[in-house]
Amino acid sequence: MECFIGIDLGSTTTKAIVVDEDGRILGRGITNSRSNYDVAAKVAREEAYTNVRFSALSQRLRENNALGDQLEAFEIDLGRSFALEGYLGQLARLEECCQRDVFRHAAKGGDTAAISEAITDIIASMRKHAVNMFMGEEEARSDFFRDIAGSDYTEYAAAIARSGGPAFDRLLGVYDRNIIPVENEIDPRSFSQRMTAAFKRIAPLYRGEHDRLAQRIQEVIDEPIDDIRTVGTGYGRARLPFPKEQIRSEILCHGLGAHLMFPATRTVLDIGGQDTKAIQIDEQGVVTSFQMNDRCAAGCGRYLGYIADEMNIGLHELAPLAMKSTCRVKINSTCTVFAGAEFRDRLAAGQHREDILAGLHRAIILRAISLLARSGGIRNEFTFTGGVAKNQAAVSALKEVANENYGELTTNIAPDSIYTGALGAAEFARRGGHGPLAAASPGIGAQGSAATPPKNEHQAVKA
Amino acid sequence: MSTAAIKDASMEQQKALMAGYFDALATAPERGQKCVYTFVPGNLTELIRSFDLLPVLPEINALQSGMRGKSADYIGLAERGGHSEDVCTYVKCDIGMLKSGNIGPTGKPLPKPDLLLLSYTGCFTFLKWFELLREEYDCPIMMLHIPYQGDGEITPEMRDYVVRQIKDELIPQLERISGVKYDEDRLRQALALSSKAEDDLVWTLESAKHVPSPIDAYFGGVYYIGPIFTAFRGTQDAVDYYRLLRSEVQGRIDQKLGPVTPDGVLEKERYRLVVEGPPNWTSFREFWKMFSCEGAVVVASTYTKVGGLYDRGFRHDPDHPLESLADYCMGCYTNLNFPRRIELLESYINEYQADGFLINSVKSCNSFSAGQLMILRELERRTGRAGGFIESDLVDPRYFSAANIKNRLESYFQMIEAKRLGV
Amino acid sequence: MMTTEISPDGQLAALVADAQRLYEDLAFGSVRAWKDGAQGRRAIGFLPIYAPREIIHACGALPVGIMGGSDRLEIVRGDSYFQSYICHLPRSVVELAVSGRLDALDGFLFPSTCDVIRNLSGMFKVLFPDKYIHYLDLPQNFVAGQGGRFYRSELQSIARAVGALTGIEATPERLRHSIRAYNDNRRVLQQLWQLRCDAPSQVSTAEYYLLLRAGYVVPVEEHTRMVERYLSLVGSVERRAVDNIRVLVRGAFCEQPPLALLRTLERAGCYVVDDDFVQGIRLIPEPIDESGDPFDALAHAFLHRSLPCAVKYDAKRTKAADLVDACKRAQADGVILMAPSFCDPALLDQPMLQKALEEAGIPFTTFKYSEDTGQFQVIREQAGTFADAIKLWGATI
Repeated sequence: MECFIGIDLGSTTTKAIVVDEDGRILGRGITNSRSNYDVAAKVAREEAYTNVRFSALSQRLRENNALGDQLEAFEIDLGRSFALEGYLGQLARLEECCQRDVFRHAAKGGDTAAISEAITDIIASMRKHAVNMFMGEEEARSDFFRDIAGSDYTEYAAAIARSGGPAFDRLLGVYDRNIIPVENEIDPRSFSQRMTAAFKRIAPLYRGEHDRLAQRIQEVIDEPIDDIRTVGTGYGRARLPFPKEQIRSEILCHGLGAHLMFPATRTVLDIGGQDTKAIQIDEQGVVTSFQMNDRCAAGCGRYLGYIADEMNIGLHELAPLAMKSTCRVKINSTCTVFAGAEFRDRLAAGQHREDILAGLHRAIILRAISLLARSGGIRNEFTFTGGVAKNQAAVSALKEVANENYGELTTNIAPDSIYTGALGAAEFARRGGHGPLAAASPGIGAQGSAATPPKNEHQAVKA
Repeated sequence: MSTAAIKDASMEQQKALMAGYFDALATAPERGQKCVYTFVPGNLTELIRSFDLLPVLPEINALQSGMRGKSADYIGLAERGGHSEDVCTYVKCDIGMLKSGNIGPTGKPLPKPDLLLLSYTGCFTFLKWFELLREEYDCPIMMLHIPYQGDGEITPEMRDYVVRQIKDELIPQLERISGVKYDEDRLRQALALSSKAEDDLVWTLESAKHVPSPIDAYFGGVYYIGPIFTAFRGTQDAVDYYRLLRSEVQGRIDQKLGPVTPDGVLEKERYRLVVEGPPNWTSFREFWKMFSCEGAVVVASTYTKVGGLYDRGFRHDPDHPLESLADYCMGCYTNLNFPRRIELLESYINEYQADGFLINSVKSCNSFSAGQLMILRELERRTGRAGGFIESDLVDPRYFSAANIKNRLESYFQMIEAKRLGV
Repeated sequence: MMTTEISPDGQLAALVADAQRLYEDLAFGSVRAWKDGAQGRRAIGFLPIYAPREIIHACGALPVGIMGGSDRLEIVRGDSYFQSYICHLPRSVVELAVSGRLDALDGFLFPSTCDVIRNLSGMFKVLFPDKYIHYLDLPQNFVAGQGGRFYRSELQSIARAVGALTGIEATPERLRHSIRAYNDNRRVLQQLWQLRCDAPSQVSTAEYYLLLRAGYVVPVEEHTRMVERYLSLVGSVERRAVDNIRVLVRGAFCEQPPLALLRTLERAGCYVVDDDFVQGIRLIPEPIDESGDPFDALAHAFLHRSLPCAVKYDAKRTKAADLVDACKRAQADGVILMAPSFCDPALLDQPMLQKALEEAGIPFTTFKYSEDTGQFQVIREQAGTFADAIKLWGATI
């Protein structure tokens, strides 16, 4: 299978998209960017490949009419088992590192044996919980090892400390010292090894079709993936392990990606964690002008994060609250540094939190609108991407202000807009890594109409 | 101005000139030579020198401090002394330098002023700057109010106002300080020399109309304008320098060579740009390299016009000495109104066959920066050429975010490339 | 009529409410109404801080001060014209302009206040190529034969241009009449200033401020009557005095603090007894000569009778003495140096003013604001601490 890859190294997450020679999306992968961009890029690519193979498997099974109405259940089970496999692998490495760490720091505490024992217990509990978490009904709290392992480890360590074991902060210290190296290590096992193990775990459930399934899986494992070219983009792009010619600015990738998702797009707004981009593109998806927020991150996603922290609620709870507002408060500052203080000040003045939140969302959108105006305004169609595009209150504030100032617009918001940059990069890779149309075959390149989402939204894709 | 990679003979000559100048300043007190502090835009170097006085230009000292990595400390010192983080960093850098012993760029002390000549051209901060310096020095101060070209032209009333101030106030003041009688013939001779040097400067700047351009009219340009803008206009030294520079550039044109950059001669000119706004001085070379490593050449810039729009025809005129000095003061780039700034940039973009234009918006300089976003959009609209916008500062390293600027520049260059291929 | 039955308190409240309505009307409804009052009326806007309104008046036009959008204007487009390190005022002015709120104005004067307002003049020329837009270069050379001569020519050119718009020539007679009208206004404003200084509990900072602002939108004769009426009403009511300190405010001459900030100061324990809010309205506080050549009179007044201000060159180096004198005149206990963020003239002036106050032993405190500041907690605490320190120890903190 010949394919092209786009990798978008963001400040918080790294995304990869794999497309075929016609620009069809074959797979996606996402991971947290960590402190190590090389690893993040490799992991995202690996995740995308996995997604490709799962899609291929799905297709083969359907062609074969395998499993009948059990097919979907099987796909879900296999996907979860595969994810569990990856998690357990990392857990094993975490244990190894933590134990080594305990003995390296032995002299300091004196209670080495107790800590070592406690860690063995914690990891054992985590392992047990992992099986329930991945294979059972429990909903995963996050897709990233750091998040899941972190909260489990903390919980079990606290329990051990409470019941007379080593002190909590000593146990947590061991974890903190080792999570980064573990996270920055790539699973040494091949896809084949992990897939085989994952299948083995669930095979008893599908005994009747075992051989046929094993054969299809083997075919997918054996299918060579030949990545013709990779193009990298994003904040971390200068450190991508590719030659300079294979690196494209995130502005260009974002513009092209939005064009592929919504071919009639002329203006793109992306509000991410730390930066906001306003991009104008032409009918080919070529960027004609752009603006980015200036030095400070005022009005970016991070600002909402601070507010959520201040209110001690989850980020996703902000929008529903804001939507309840009946009387929006006028907020002038979107300075992240003062966000908390402003919020407290207004609460103290007797204003309602829904109304303040509604004001805050509007303030963020006004910043974005001014960036858009700097770049040349909003032209139809208008596409909104980035983490903040998932926030309903922000979306409705944006539509309101945009429509007030630029008339009725078609506003596009893709559920998978987080992949916009990676998709653009993949398209650049497909076109030869050069200018947008330089190496594109006539008739395909510009339209990019072949770039449709894969039919099977497999769960290994982490949206 | 130490830039190791530039080793042309003209560069050596400029270095020697500057070293000689700072030596002269360092020894001025013991030699009994008096000094006039004044500003670069619209400076009256020929007039000052005709009284055997030496000009000292605080902006040059500040930018030199920036290039030598001293500005952060100087600015910090001024801010600890009560100056706001918000205000012009040239001022704070100069005040910090003063508080640190007033050591000039060559490591030798700068003389105290015998006159603060507040030639108030194109920048309101100048006024505060010298009010602040006046607190430090016990010396006379003279306000030379230069009217702004608000309606886009120099009216007879404006010219009359400046000429009268020079004639009735400044010249008597310079006579008092120097003990030298005003000698108009001497001034005329200097102005004639200015005009000669200005011809060659214009020729050099306009050489960038060649494709490929033999010069970089921004990063290289700031060196080319050095002697003319500062203390040497009206001297034979300046005439010689520009003659030499011209012959060097002619040589590069003949050999079809690109400009000399920090990485050597530019191999391939990929992007031709017009730049608006002053450069950043604290990371000057790093900034320049972000352009040169992408094959970007600046073919025209407005910063190189803060000391006069010679390329639009102005010359110091020995036949009308005071009138031409007045016109010079009023004709600097930062004294032009907005519509005229936009027109100038538009004509540069067309005349120099630029692929696009870039605005370096510096935090310190409202005179340049306030409204630049409108310039951006107007130029995009009028020329259809790609516009880029980056932000930095003159001498405050806190406002130079290399990663951020590089990111935008790369995006910008790729946008030009995409536009080229996409259409 | 009912008015006879309304108490002085009630009448005062109504008058202040009128002033507040004028202040809050960002679309200049009163100017539109004035223009509708007769055919061919023209209104000329001017930016902070000073413009010779007498000239506009003499041409039969209404001079209108454009002081920004305060904290009530939502900036949708204005921000796209200015980088984050530029003060707030030009954003709101552009917002007002592009949203059509300034449509009632037939021309604009941009005084030489700073580089930002200077450049804004050219931006307006680009935005509104058909309107009269003039950069008013106020003289920085205060010698009559130099700056005075030049300024006179500036004044004449404005008179010609505005006269062409209205069809009314600013004859010497008309000019003298206008100077008289503004002199009347100067006298009542001076009385208002004095009353507040003598009895700051009677004239709150917010009321004082709203009255000044009203003077920037209504015809001068009407404003004079308004202030007179206020003075007579306020004299007949008794307001409770509290144990506040007396402060002098400097730095707020261009971009204006929001009303809530002024109220915050008072609540935090500070009576403002002198300030430079809306400074253009009282830049020349004393009456101008009504007899001689009116252009000469206006020029002379600006050169020699205008108050010190950061945007004027301090030719005689009296900055320090002027500030200390002002403190004495107003019997101020301390000084608040409050400057708009990114205001070069005010902020660059500050170290010199601070030095003067330190040498004179006058307590002071400093902070920055912007016209749309929405949080006052820090300012409240700072002003409160400042007031307490002065009350307790009579000294700076």
